[in-house]
Formats: sequence, structure tokens, C-alpha cells
Amino acid sequence: MTFREAAKRAIRTAMKRDSRVFLMGEDVGRYGGSYAVSKGLLEEFGPERIVDTPLSESGFVGAGIGSAIGGLRPIVEVMTVNFSLLALDQIVNTAATLRHMSGGQIGVPVVIRMATGAGRQLGAQHSHSLEGWYAHVPGLKVLTPSVPQDAHAMILAALREPDPVLIFEHQLLYNVEADVDEAAPVDGVWHAAIRRPGERVTLIAYGGSVGKTLLAADALARDGIDAEVLDLRSLRPLDVPAIVRSVERTHRAVVVDEGWLTGSFAAEVSARIMEGAFYSLDAPVARVCSAEVPIPYAKHLEDAALPSAERIASAAKGLLAHG
Amino acid sequence: MTLERAGALELLRRMVLIRRFEATCAEAYGAGKIRGFLHLYDGEEAVAVGSLSALAPEDNVVATYREHAHAIVRGTPLGTILAEMFGKATGCSRGHGGSMHLFDAGRRLFGGNAIVAAGLPLSVGLALADARLRRRAVTACYFGDGAVAEGEFQESLNLAALWKLPVLFLCENNRYAMGTALSRHQATTDLCAQPRAHGIPAESVDGMDVVLVREATERAAAAIRETPGPRFLEFRTYRFRAHSMYDAELYRSKDEVRDWMANHDPIRTFEAWLRERQWLTDDARAEIDASIAAEIATALAEAEAAPLEPLERLTADVYAEPTP
Repeated sequence: MTFREAAKRAIRTAMKRDSRVFLMGEDVGRYGGSYAVSKGLLEEFGPERIVDTPLSESGFVGAGIGSAIGGLRPIVEVMTVNFSLLALDQIVNTAATLRHMSGGQIGVPVVIRMATGAGRQLGAQHSHSLEGWYAHVPGLKVLTPSVPQDAHAMILAALREPDPVLIFEHQLLYNVEADVDEAAPVDGVWHAAIRRPGERVTLIAYGGSVGKTLLAADALARDGIDAEVLDLRSLRPLDVPAIVRSVERTHRAVVVDEGWLTGSFAAEVSARIMEGAFYSLDAPVARVCSAEVPIPYAKHLEDAALPSAERIASAAKGLLAHG
Repeated sequence: MTLERAGALELLRRMVLIRRFEATCAEAYGAGKIRGFLHLYDGEEAVAVGSLSALAPEDNVVATYREHAHAIVRGTPLGTILAEMFGKATGCSRGHGGSMHLFDAGRRLFGGNAIVAAGLPLSVGLALADARLRRRAVTACYFGDGAVAEGEFQESLNLAALWKLPVLFLCENNRYAMGTALSRHQATTDLCAQPRAHGIPAESVDGMDVVLVREATERAAAAIRETPGPRFLEFRTYRFRAHSMYDAELYRSKDEVRDWMANHDPIRTFEAWLRERQWLTDDARAEIDASIAAEIATALAEAEAAPLEPLERLTADVYAEPTP
């Protein structure tokens, strides 16, 4: 099934299991979801549980937070990560702080889903990858599905959490198809997954970058280079032991991240490798990130701004030139 | 509910308690026992006392960073409020919140919010949960006149009205958003105009009169319980002290402050009201003072004797369970 269908089925399953679960966001109901994830759910569950909201990101994300405190289990859909900045205050200053600031009295079990990433020529206000910003914040958990199985499992896993979880769905993934086992356990989503085992270099990616990283590994294989692809899956908590274990075996790492290079999540991963596997490294950690530019509209410019399989493979080859 | 003598004296006692408590905080601040920002409620006592005394234990309360009074009236023990400001383990937020972040989940006090207007969407959500779970609670959402300028104010009024949620919006209009007078930050200074534009019944109330505040809140809360949908009350009040302990008060004249303190003190106004009815004698007044002095002394001693929040708990409660 598609990534989109997998996400929808997880929402449906969760809503059938628990009457406290509801979905709210812009155009999730009558329109069917801006990425059609919730299409048909309004007819199935009615307007009290599939709630169309006004274009008030701060208002409805805050309402989601309040309703979670009040005993509901909201799934709040924000149309894109760019729009989530209008709700940044509620997410960072309220959802992430309340448990600690209240001395442990008040938890916020809210799930916030949003589309992220570029690749559809939507220009600079619909194409950014800001999940790394959220991963900076203690009190939040950040999941980034790369395959339909995780699109399904992560929604179910997030709803089990007593704390706020943000799920970033790359907008190019919605049509990706793969088998999904809807009965599979979901606890694994908090750990990194080796999507392709390899020996000579570790390619570390998450979300929408995992597919192109696998393509890069295929290209490297054709050149006789056996690359491992590690899918981080969860940016916070970050599965540092899995990263360190892999790099200790391969001695080289390329970190792929659609965020901008400066202050990127890739920088955090790189630092963790320095701290945990420095003496295993045969080459400096390489990063493949987006160009330092608001993502441009024209296809050739957008393509050039984003990490590509070619750039990833080239970075890996650059590392193999060392020692 | 008609106000009987005992109930009325209790309102007075609470207002005096808040005034004395805030004085105690100011002293503790001067002595270096309380640090950070400290916002005191002197002058506004009738608002918290009158409105919260009209609400039920199952109602939710969302307050601002000037919320000592709300915690006190809600019943949070004084010693745990002081301990919070002293950074003690017995603090109502275990010393992790401070003066601006008093929480008491058991009494449905959901903070102490120091982001202006951020409590409004939160209140909408609490009310949404009550509506969906078929609870009859009202969410009392306090905010200042400064919050009216925030986008979240409009968003929350609209959401609450659109979804007919049981939110009681309570604007504590003390005439200054920190140091900026209402007329300097609002094109329309009639604060009821905006809720009315959203179809929300709104009323301005003399926030220096505890009886009027209480009556207006009772009416509004009863109306919400009767017919789903939000209500809005503007309490016109005045802050006697500086915005915080760092405020040199350059934006208002000493004469203005003196006039409010001399002619509109909510405690003195209410005392006069009580004496007119022969409900307050000098002896009863003295007894209130004495019992409050003793109560605060006990709380202070408890808070001072309490252990500091242990360092091992520095990163506690960031998540429900420690993450790997």
C-alpha cells in the first residue's frame, strides 16, 4: 500500500481502538486532507472526531495541547512544517515545557503530524526541512518515517506516548508503495534501522532522504563499494548506539540531511560520531545537506539545492580516498 | 448565590491574605530568597478572589505569570507556593517553575503561563476535552489587556465561539501591557468589542469591586453551563505595584498610582461595604489580620525548612520516563 494509505490506516485503527483519539487540522475533513491522508475518515467518524480547523495554527495546535491535558488523544495535522512556525510557540514553549515546569504534574500526550521537505517545486515557503529545529528541544520526541511501514507504525507508537510527539512526513513519500504489516509491533520505531547492510562506509539518513541514500548505495555497489544505509527514524531520542556501532564497523560516515548545512541535524549526528567513534574513523565525517538558500522554485535550481544520490555517492567515494 | 456574612468575610480574608502574601514575597525578594521575575498582584485582588470564588472545583483555571493569587484562592497551600519560589523540593512545581509557573493539577490549576496569550489556545483545548467527554466544567482563562494584541487572542475567541466551547475568558485589564497603556497599543480600547464581533457575550465589570466580580462570574459560568459557548468578562482593575521587581515605572505618574490606591483599593472598598451592613467589626478585622499573619509565618517557616530540589532531579520530568 502507499505511504499515504498506511498513515490513514493507522489513524483509523487508533480511532477505532480509542474513542479519545481524534484528528484535527486544516482541511482534514471535507477536503480530505491536503495530502489526502484523511480522505474518507470524516464520513466514517463524523465531525466531532475529524475536525476541520480555521487557518489558526497557533490556536488549533494550542487547542490540541489543551485537549491532551484534558484527557483526549489528539492527532493534530499541520499542513507543512513551514506553517508549523506559526505554532512554534505552542509547541516549544507549552507542549515541550509543561511536564518539567509543573514538576511532573502535567503531561501533554499530543501527536502533531506535518509534511516536510522539498522536491515538488513549491518554492521557499512550502519546501523546507525544519525537523532538526524541533529535535533540538527537550520535551519533544521527533519521528521521521521513510517507508509505509513506519508511516503506519509511528502514528500508533506516537499515540502510546505520554509526551508530545512530532511526526514529519516527507511530501515526496506519500505515493511510495510497499507492503505494510498492520499487525507488526511498533516499539521499534524509536531505534535506527539498517536499511542496507554494508562494510565500507555508513550512509546515515532519515525520512525523505533514505530513498535517495539507498539509490546512492546501489550506485556505489556497482563501483564495488559496499555501503551501509542507516535510517535514523527517530531524531529525538536519537539512537546514538546504533550510529556508533555502525561506524565502528565501517570506519567512515556520510550524514545526509535535507536541512541546511549550517546548524543542521547532520551536524549533531556528526558530533555524536566524534564523541563516540572518533578512534574508529578512517576519514572525517562528511555531510550532504541542502544548499544554503531558501529552496528555489525552478526544477533545475531546486534539484541542485537538494541532496541527491549522486552527491551522496560522491561524498562516500571522497571518504574512501582517505587511507 | 446570595452572599451571606460568612461568605463575605471569607472574600475579605482572601483579599487581605493575598495582599499580605505579596508583601511577604517582596520582602523575600529583597532578601535574595526569591530570584528571577516576580509579578505581584496588589490592587487586583478583587478579580482573582471574586471570580475564582464563583467557580467549582471541577472547573479548569489557566492563569498568567501574575498568578500567586489564583493559586492561593484555588487552595494551593501557601507553603508550597513560597517553597516554589525558594526553589525547594516541596514547591508546587518542585522548584522547576518559579513564581511565573505555579501548577496544581489536583486543583485543576494549569499554570502560570509566561507567554502572553499562550494560555488562551490551551484553554480552548481544555474546554474541548470537557465538551467531548461530556463534562460540565468551565475553563476559566485569565489574561491581561496586553494579550488582546496577540493573534492567539483572536484565534482562540474564534475557535471557542465556532465550536461553542465552555471557555470563560477573563480579561484582567490593569490598563498597562507592562509599560504600554491600553490606548497606546489598541486601536479600539473597548475590549468587549472584539469578543462581540465573534458573537461572544461580553461584559465589562468594575474589577475593584469583589462583589460585582463575583456576581458577574457566577452569571457567566451559569450561562456557559446552561448553553454551550464561551463568555467574556473584562475586569477593569489597576496594579498598585510595579510590573515586576525591575520596573522603574516611568510610564505612569505617581499621582495616578496614589489616586488609585487612595480611592479604589478593592480591600478598603469591600471593608466599607461590609461595615455598612454591620458585617465587619474592628475585632473581626483584627482577627483576620492576626490569623493571616500566623498563616503566612507558618508557610514561610515550612518553605524555609524544606530541602532544595535535589540536583539529581535536574533533568527529571522532561519526559514521563527517562529516554535512552
